[in-house]
Amino acid sequence: MSIQADIHAAAGDFTIRAAFDSPTGSCTAIVGPNGAGKTTLVHALAGLVPLRQGKVVLAGQVVDEPAQRIRVPPDRRPIALHSQHNLLFPHLSVVDNVAFGPRCSGLGTRLARQRAEEWLNKVGLADLADMRPAELSGGQAQRAGLARAAACEPAVLLLDESLASLDAETRTGVRHLLADIDATRVLITHDPVETRVLADQLLVIEEGQVVQSGTPEEVTADPRTPWTAGLLDVNLLTGHATGTQVALDCGLALTTATPMTGPVLVTFSPAAVTLSTAQPHTSARNTWEAEVARIQPENDRVRVLLEWPLPCHVWITPQALGDLGLTAGSRCWAALKATELTVRDA
Amino acid sequence: MTGRSSAKKPNSRPPIAVLVMALIAVAVLALPLVGLLQRTPWSSLGTTLGETATLEALRVSVVVSLVAAGVSVVLGLPLAWVLARLEFRGRALVRAVVLLPMVLPPVVGGIALFFALGRRGLIGRALHNWFEIDTLIGTTAGAVIAAAFVSMPFFVITAEAGLRQLDPRLESAASTLGAGRWTVLRRITLPLMAPSLAAGATLAWARALGEFGATITFAGNHPGRTRTLPLAIAQANEAGQPEAAIAMSVLLIGVSLLILIGLRHRWIAPRQTRPPSSQETSPS
Repeated sequence: MSIQADIHAAAGDFTIRAAFDSPTGSCTAIVGPNGAGKTTLVHALAGLVPLRQGKVVLAGQVVDEPAQRIRVPPDRRPIALHSQHNLLFPHLSVVDNVAFGPRCSGLGTRLARQRAEEWLNKVGLADLADMRPAELSGGQAQRAGLARAAACEPAVLLLDESLASLDAETRTGVRHLLADIDATRVLITHDPVETRVLADQLLVIEEGQVVQSGTPEEVTADPRTPWTAGLLDVNLLTGHATGTQVALDCGLALTTATPMTGPVLVTFSPAAVTLSTAQPHTSARNTWEAEVARIQPENDRVRVLLEWPLPCHVWITPQALGDLGLTAGSRCWAALKATELTVRDA
Repeated sequence: MTGRSSAKKPNSRPPIAVLVMALIAVAVLALPLVGLLQRTPWSSLGTTLGETATLEALRVSVVVSLVAAGVSVVLGLPLAWVLARLEFRGRALVRAVVLLPMVLPPVVGGIALFFALGRRGLIGRALHNWFEIDTLIGTTAGAVIAAAFVSMPFFVITAEAGLRQLDPRLESAASTLGAGRWTVLRRITLPLMAPSLAAGATLAWARALGEFGATITFAGNHPGRTRTLPLAIAQANEAGQPEAAIAMSVLLIGVSLLILIGLRHRWIAPRQTRPPSSQETSPS
């Protein structure tokens, strides 16, 4: 189910204005500083916050348009929302919480419970089905909340920081789960890795306005605001690990300090890479010859984008840029210490 | 571990003066009851309570208090919702008026009801003209109205407090999961309010059971129709039958004590009904 949203909404004395389209089955990530209006935006899609102006269209059907006096209430929109506060019903057991949505959609008690158990199983909470929400840890409550929203099997799934309080291990599993869900997803996140792995498009919101949008790659390569640059200031690559060797999908192999096996995500800071004109003799385990794609001065530093053979961006000082004499298209050597690489399960 | 060294009870030994004053307060409240119990003819209690007039008063009391409590719930719940959830001008005034019967002398309430619902009263005349209801005075329905007048505020104030404690985001969450208004009310709001609803209804019932002033002023003192236990007690006392008055008083005291003991957690130290919404991040 596609989303066409042109949202102008207010919560308290705060207003948000944002327009975007999400194709069926896509994942849109919304990022922005705290208080930028991300939650208000998602609540407006859900129908919890009324629009002042604009229009929300889900699968070609208008669900919100103040000018036409159309406002479909939240329960009759093809959406489910998982809030960062989880908001599990304290008087219902975990499985009854998850079965709540399916029951509301008209499923019988037994089938609803069955579906709830399936989803609890998927988020790894099958053993806790009969517990009360108050007995769960923060991470467990978050997974239960996510299962409850997903169990509605909605056409549009709205996720407000759904992975925020999960530990690294659970996070990977839940991220896979979110990647596999058929629904059109809108995801609020603070995690650059989540953004890059899950999102088809990225919406950066600051002070109630969309300041930038595009694919995560586009936005990462050219962030328009300091906040965006700060959030996405990380290089992310995918590959396959065998011990401390990672064969990257781009063809290059990197040496890491953490032995792993299987598909992995490799991240490193753009400031961790050093550039030189000749092949360096260094303690750094990883060196490669690269081609400069673009050079962007930003305040007191310079962003150098390397494209081939390993796409990444690198921070150097303006002095270093002058010394190396780099321009777009020129060749240089890059060095990166194995200990600067963070490796995690993909 | 002694009380003094226990970390959990830092003030386990209060000043002597406080203890003395507290003891005096308990004495002021309890001694009259002790006096009553000391005069109670325990051996003939059964026979006295078994008399027709007493049983009749008991029956009227049960019917009137239960129906009044029911009326308080049915009308009081929507009112509590309006007071808790809607913002409107004059809400403070409405709440004050609603709670007024709690502080007003019941006899004032009775007089007010009389002039409103009596044969020549504002509403009484309308009832007569439109529905040919001649008068509520002297009927059990009148006694119910008097009892509901004084007891509904107890339900409203308790239910409103319960609603205010409820996190409205839970209801929003339910609606995003596909629950319509009625489903939210039935499966989320009311179950979460259940402790306050039960406490409010019981308090209203207890107040209705003890009602005297408004009933005798408005509905009158008619055996079998409006003469409830409190009215029968006053009647017996004035008619020089202290045994009967004492016996019925003991009955009322017993019932009231049972209610208060049953409600001790709900009314005096309400339990939290908020959800664990601020779950902190834990390294599960």
